[in-house]
Amino acid sequence: MTGPSTALHSQGLAELQQGLLKGAFSSRELVESLLARIESYGEKLNAFISLTAEQAIDAADAADRLRKSNKAGPLNGLPIVHKDLFCTRGVLTTCGSHILHNFVSPYDATVVSRLNSAGAIVLGKTNMDEFAMGSSNETSYFGPVCNPWDESLSPGGSSGGSAAAVAARLVPAATGTDTGGSIRQPAALTGTVGIKPTYGRVSRYGMVAFASSLDQAGVITRSAQDAAMLLREMAGFDERDSTSVEHPVPDYVAALSSTLKGTRIGVVRQHFDEGLDEGCAARVRDALSALESAGAKLVDVDLPNIDLSVPTYYVVAPAECSSNMSRFDGVRFGHRAANADDLLDLYCRSRGEGFGAEVKRRIMTGTYVLSAGYYDAYYLKAQKVRQLISRDFREAFDTVDVIAGPTAPTTAFALGEKTDDPITMYLNDIYTIGANLAGLPGISIPCGFAGDLPVGLQLVGPHFAEDRLLGCAHQYQQLTDWHNRCPERYA
Amino acid sequence: MSLNKDQVRHIANLARLSIADEEFADVAEKLSRIVDFVDQLQAAPTEDVQPMAHPLNQAQRLRPDRITEHNERDAIQENAPDVQDGLYLVPRVIE
Repeated sequence: MTGPSTALHSQGLAELQQGLLKGAFSSRELVESLLARIESYGEKLNAFISLTAEQAIDAADAADRLRKSNKAGPLNGLPIVHKDLFCTRGVLTTCGSHILHNFVSPYDATVVSRLNSAGAIVLGKTNMDEFAMGSSNETSYFGPVCNPWDESLSPGGSSGGSAAAVAARLVPAATGTDTGGSIRQPAALTGTVGIKPTYGRVSRYGMVAFASSLDQAGVITRSAQDAAMLLREMAGFDERDSTSVEHPVPDYVAALSSTLKGTRIGVVRQHFDEGLDEGCAARVRDALSALESAGAKLVDVDLPNIDLSVPTYYVVAPAECSSNMSRFDGVRFGHRAANADDLLDLYCRSRGEGFGAEVKRRIMTGTYVLSAGYYDAYYLKAQKVRQLISRDFREAFDTVDVIAGPTAPTTAFALGEKTDDPITMYLNDIYTIGANLAGLPGISIPCGFAGDLPVGLQLVGPHFAEDRLLGCAHQYQQLTDWHNRCPERYA
Repeated sequence: MSLNKDQVRHIANLARLSIADEEFADVAEKLSRIVDFVDQLQAAPTEDVQPMAHPLNQAQRLRPDRITEHNERDAIQENAPDVQDGLYLVPRVIE
């Protein structure tokens, strides 16, 4: 077979699917070419924790055979990668932590099994902030990930490996998870598309828990269209997740052809207050103008309590983290300290050695806010403020269809720049955390450059309005080509 | 600092985390900064507001009490640091 006219790595999922169906190339050729690319660039970017090359090649051969028999799934033969906190049977699942450095999952997460059934091929597992606690990918036990736009910069986090791999065109798509912005913020900082669905939309079964009332799985891709293709397979009720919601899944791909005409887009005044970089603000305003020119109507909305979202999150998330992390005890799986004096010493030292500094800080913050005498003042108070923030969003969605604004306050920042002050790091998620607290879907899409670095536009919708977000994003991507930009070195 | 050394030691003990002596000052200082930061919530007016325990304000779904899982002890214990005869081993707890 002759080589394809366009390099395989420069094509998105939808384009690759056409090529596979036409027989322009095989899944095996596609997988081998991407694995070679990962080998050339992966180490430099540190985007991967594990590769599953052998299994991927076998799966590609199987997909090629299946295609000829017309029994192929909707994603047959298309390569993806998983964030390393999705359990993958027989494959290392570390969550970027020393405490799970040797954990081989005995089962697949529902996200993994659904994408496998749809025919997707897994090339590997991506690097991430330890247990998804971080906004720069610097808390990983396996070292920071570099941003392909400038390797001295952070790709954001916690799904930094997934975002860097997609931005560097090592893979067309990656899964991620988002507890306070961990899909959308790295997508913004790397010029990729990242969607966090409604809480309960995608099963959390087999997705190692950080903060159970906030965590949600999603994807990082190059386009809204590619995100729709994956989300269509991932979304839906799962009886193995007790917080999974029974709600019909629309055809997200069909929803892409919606129109922006008459769409009411809310613009939040507080989003443009001090704290937002001027270059980012200018690009977001350009994007809003483009949406308006295409027929959308811009409406000012107010979220009076949104300024309290970061402190609210840093009570609720650590509290849930402290109880979820209690399962790591050095007894049943993961790292165990050597020569323990007694059981208490075994627990304390296994956890002390196994967890990194940021995870320990969050466990301790959570332990404090839940401890006797402080529960009402912190945890209960935060749950009440969470209700206020959620109510603000509900009222805003009485008058608008989506809310649009910046995803992150700045473009990508230098590795090491914010590691000394946890609060500075936490404020990266100032625009994204509200959607997690209220359980709302959000998407970040590339909307231009400030300096040489990509800027993200965030769209947030009411519960279960992923179809609307993907439709708006796709329509914007018909008018612009920011999502097709790629760092020169990786073109 | 809003948290003193004894408080931080107490929290670390509740959380079953050993903190090395040389790390201790940094842990206490950063933890205090986080507590100071979240203290701004105290000013929010929340009288008559119901605490939000679930982002869709839903209750826990229950399932029928049927056995759906089968025993996979051997596969699961492959990840255990120390097992014997299908049991997890820990340091002696009863003298």
